[in-house]
Amino acid sequence: MSEVNNTFLLNELQFQFADSIYSADEPYGLLTIELDPKQIIPVLNFLKVHPIIHMNFLTDLCGIHYPENKGKELGVIYHLHSFTENIRLRIKCFMPNDEPKIDTITSIYGAANWQERETWDFYGIEFIGHPNLTRILNVDEMDYHPLRKEYPLEDQTRTDKNDNYFGR
Amino acid sequence: MENTLTEFDPSTEYTKLNLGPTHPATHGIFQNILTMDGEIIVEAEQTVGYIHRAFEKIAEHRPFYQITPLTDRLNYCSSPINNMGWHMTVEKLLGLELPKRVDYMRVIIMELARISDHLVCNSVIGVDTGALTGFTYVFQWREKIYDIFEEICGARLTTNIGRIGGLERDFSPACIQKIRDFIKDFPAAFTEFTNLLERNRIFMDRTVGVCPINTERALHYGFTGPNLRATGLDYDVRVMNPYSSYQDFDFTIPVGISGDTYDRFMVRQQEMWESLKIITQALENLPAGKFYAEVPEFYLPPKDDVYNNMEALIWHFKIVMGESEVPKGEVYHSVEGGNGELGFYLVSDGGRSAYRLHFRRPCFIYYQGYPEMIKGTTLSDAIVTMSSMNVIAGELDA
Repeated sequence: MSEVNNTFLLNELQFQFADSIYSADEPYGLLTIELDPKQIIPVLNFLKVHPIIHMNFLTDLCGIHYPENKGKELGVIYHLHSFTENIRLRIKCFMPNDEPKIDTITSIYGAANWQERETWDFYGIEFIGHPNLTRILNVDEMDYHPLRKEYPLEDQTRTDKNDNYFGR
Repeated sequence: MENTLTEFDPSTEYTKLNLGPTHPATHGIFQNILTMDGEIIVEAEQTVGYIHRAFEKIAEHRPFYQITPLTDRLNYCSSPINNMGWHMTVEKLLGLELPKRVDYMRVIIMELARISDHLVCNSVIGVDTGALTGFTYVFQWREKIYDIFEEICGARLTTNIGRIGGLERDFSPACIQKIRDFIKDFPAAFTEFTNLLERNRIFMDRTVGVCPINTERALHYGFTGPNLRATGLDYDVRVMNPYSSYQDFDFTIPVGISGDTYDRFMVRQQEMWESLKIITQALENLPAGKFYAEVPEFYLPPKDDVYNNMEALIWHFKIVMGESEVPKGEVYHSVEGGNGELGFYLVSDGGRSAYRLHFRRPCFIYYQGYPEMIKGTTLSDAIVTMSSMNVIAGELDA
């Protein structure tokens, strides 16, 4: 159980996918790599069937939006967990705003299904090959992706609400 | 079965049945569109999002201490666990060291919350199988737990308990007494509840072997918490990644065998005994010391001090106006919530509010497995299964 640590994990990944890993870091002890979005399927397959690492569990999948990072505005963040070795890994994939597309990982981790739908719903990131990529928490008629940074929490110019009584 | 279907057009033979969104047996606002062949479920289609409140968007516009009330409303059956999970996430980001006393007090609160969560879930399984007595009986004990929360923080259901850097006040003598009374009196009452259901012929007939899921499928669907442990895998965040000094306590992780409704029920039953053990140990060994860390730039001072003490007023002002220095960084922290691994992924850009905050809501993830579990069973089994999965609408929809 002990030989698998962040260094080992990173070495294994870099041995196989050296060109696709753009950067690696360890914020608060959790190995974080930035990956070429095209390589997400091979990397996850490699980690899942790896005889020692056994990344058998997708803990979390979510989107993020950095409007200032030109060419890398939208991102998907994967949190993986190996129950046998008790090690976690965070993978980030960034995509340009005008073509936010990444392969779905539902074939590897079924738990990704709704989480990818949620990410599509809130960030408009398209998961290629997803079995049912529709909105999940918002209404179907919505024509924007509300967690993107350009949408304010509430439209400050709206006039249909009378806030006088609340001191606003 | 197949031969009879080929003679007719199947689409005219199946019945569509709406289970929900506001059905009393779903215990929350979910819709399941069931395709029924007589009483057998052929297919289920889920619709979620009825009480979506955009917590993640709101969280990007609120200072850290104002996000605690949002977490209350995730799994509202065990809000203190959510609150503590959030506090610990921020403390991890800030790199705060907490006194042992805070850890132990938090453990007591979290385990009480776990008992109240499991009590509701398990007694509701009873209700769905026709045993209302146990439900009305144990609700009294949930009330007693809420009395303890009220003694600690003033609130009962949506508690907003604790602060970043500690707790808002020490346990009062009345509170300690209430916890002691609870530890003393609960086992007898809970044993009665146990006797009512655990070996009850009717209850067992309705739950044993109903909608099982094996470990492999459970992992595939991202199950965590009691639902995963019922399949036989002993994954518990409290043991795998101990937080809040859980490593100091002696407790076991109950696991099931077949992952059916009865196992899910039994795992929760046993977990309540284990929680009781943890509370007893924590209360007996409650260390002396402060109930907050010495971090005035993040810990909201008590109101008394704010009104009467210049320094406390300054710190209060700084925290509320967002003048405290927050490091840039990203942190993932998870706690063992009432129904699974509750995770917080926080990205901070050094501003007064989070740049991005994502809640890993366990039941949002494992509820995906529900259609597969109920396929081929009857409607009444599907309803018992849903209650045994402890799906909470507030957490599902965030």
